[in-house]
Amino acid sequence: MNLKSKLAFAASGIALLCSVSAAQAEVLFWSTQARPAEEAQAMRQQVLSGFGPGVDYQPNEEGPWLTRLQAEGQAGSGSIGVLGALHGNFSAIDPETLVDLDGFDAAISSETFASLAKLGTDTMQYMPWMQASYIMAANKEALEYLPDGADIDALTYDQLIAWAANVHEAEGSPKFGFPAGPKGLKHRFFQGYLYPSYTNGVVRTFASAEAVTAWEKFRELWEHTNPASTNFAFMQEQLLSGDAWIVFDHTSRLAQAFNERPDDFVAFPAPAGPAGRGFMPVLAGVAIPETAPDKDEARALVEYMLTPEAQIATLRATSFFPVIDVDLPDDLPPAVKAAGDAVAKMSSAEDANPGLLPSGLGEKSGDFSRVYNDTFERIILAGQPIEQVLEDQKATLQRIMDETGAPCWAPDAPSEGACPVE
Amino acid sequence: MDARLLPYLLILPVTLFLGVFFLYPFFLVAQQAFTTGAGFTLDNFRDVVSYWKFPISLKNTFLLALCVVPIQLALSLLMATMVSRMEKGRDLVLYVWTIPLGISDLAAGIIWLAIFEQSGFLNSMMTGLGLADQPVNFLSYQNPLMVFVAIMLAEIWRATAIMLVIIVAGIGLIPKEYYEAAEVFGASPWQRFLRVTLPLLRPSLQTALILRVVLAFEVFAVVAALGGTLFPVLMGEIYAYQFDLQNGGAAAALALIVLAISLAFTLIILRALRVPKGATI
Repeated sequence: MNLKSKLAFAASGIALLCSVSAAQAEVLFWSTQARPAEEAQAMRQQVLSGFGPGVDYQPNEEGPWLTRLQAEGQAGSGSIGVLGALHGNFSAIDPETLVDLDGFDAAISSETFASLAKLGTDTMQYMPWMQASYIMAANKEALEYLPDGADIDALTYDQLIAWAANVHEAEGSPKFGFPAGPKGLKHRFFQGYLYPSYTNGVVRTFASAEAVTAWEKFRELWEHTNPASTNFAFMQEQLLSGDAWIVFDHTSRLAQAFNERPDDFVAFPAPAGPAGRGFMPVLAGVAIPETAPDKDEARALVEYMLTPEAQIATLRATSFFPVIDVDLPDDLPPAVKAAGDAVAKMSSAEDANPGLLPSGLGEKSGDFSRVYNDTFERIILAGQPIEQVLEDQKATLQRIMDETGAPCWAPDAPSEGACPVE
Repeated sequence: MDARLLPYLLILPVTLFLGVFFLYPFFLVAQQAFTTGAGFTLDNFRDVVSYWKFPISLKNTFLLALCVVPIQLALSLLMATMVSRMEKGRDLVLYVWTIPLGISDLAAGIIWLAIFEQSGFLNSMMTGLGLADQPVNFLSYQNPLMVFVAIMLAEIWRATAIMLVIIVAGIGLIPKEYYEAAEVFGASPWQRFLRVTLPLLRPSLQTALILRVVLAFEVFAVVAALGGTLFPVLMGEIYAYQFDLQNGGAAAALALIVLAISLAFTLIILRALRVPKGATI
């Protein structure tokens, strides 16, 4: 190698090093949200492009998300700048590993959200970032089968069952759709909708007489549920294909249906049971891990995410709603309008019975959801007797509550210490 | 250099690689499986085995391996014999047959889901041809047999090629003289296959079977795509423990159980298809 080529070699090496360090200057935004390719792309192009220093937005499944975070924590140094995840993901993390976020100017519109974000400590561990909920949606063709006297904005579970039965009879096949696949959010339906609506609780009332009624009702509904539901994950697909006409799912998992064919579908509030209209607000937040390479820049990004412009851009990109008070523009995508109306009707209903996402369970939140999923699989799919399954699962649930010491959350009555299963 | 040292020197990189990327993680996993924070314990194993889905997923995994592998063995033998007789276009046929090898198993599962789904290809075809008035729901909890068959078909489609490749290579190694001699003595094609090909194919069959059986116990993505929550298998439970429940200890324990099963079957196959010393080609 002569001197010239040696020099050229060295120069290209330096150039390479520079480009690598330039790439590292971007804040790594490690998120469990906005995972579908289109949403991730929209986050990058429409939301995060407005942040000067640049952002490397990397959405992930929850497992790998947590695994890398833990690995960086154990190593004591890391490259993740900002974390984006659901409240439930954060509650599985030791607050010690997150940077305290007090001193932000952003006005979080909900006090409940602000106190959730403290994760049981005195200071903000994450900043609320965006919110959503679960709603019902239906193909307009199903509307003509609504039972007499039923108001679609104030349905009861009995009316929903009757409606699904009418459609089933008229169409010859069950058309209620339920996200019961491995990636479906069925556990949230049991925890935030079915149980609160019938038992006014989630944990305390797990094996109560009202819970037996709730499962009996769900079994009735299941008779009119598309049996392929055990493969369903995002109900927008089945709405669009016509495999399901009436569905329950997360607003962002229904968005595509409303955006593609806004005139064909309606969104409406979840049904009500004897104990009110149970529903579950969903909260996502942004946090900074203690191992973040550049905490100031990460802070700047968190601050940026809470600006009105970024909040509205996030709404457009993900169909998750702002957590601060902003004036929504008129030209929002159809999915946002439809879902927004339904959520507003649901939360302002007279019989509204909001239930929080499970909290305080730490790394046991997966086990907690598994109790509800197992109960569903055993009662509904395997046809086992309700009382016996509830008794069985009750022991598992009690063990989880005892191990974590998690106190009750709404709508369960507050408890001293671990929430008891009565 | 000493010629006796050369072989060891040549396998050194692979040994190092295996040591770092297989043995070391293996010991970590084993350690994780036998500890829960307070020293040695079998709690993880107890937890995993006493969960109500464990017997079901164990049964399903075995059943699937038992039904899929023999069919794949027969199919790959048939395909390999066909290919080895071909004069022209042999490579082309081999390429086409091995296409599924290049497809990830999740993708394979999704392809077959697109076929069997309610609004999938099979249903559109059947309604289009007038065979059914309404789309049939193949993959439902009311129809576990159909779910099983769909998973079987997808697995056969996806993973037969790996055996095919090994067996084609094995057949290529068998000297033509054996066949010529057999023909001279008037052996029929079937007799030649049974008496010449099969016995001489033993080493390849051994490799192919071990590989395939071990992979069959690790079946996951195809099942997840087609069976959803309906057909729990061991690998799916490991995934659920690790990622849904964040319980690495239980996942590690279950992984060791799968490893033990795989090892047991590898030993059985090694023993059943052993090639006596001095009988190699």
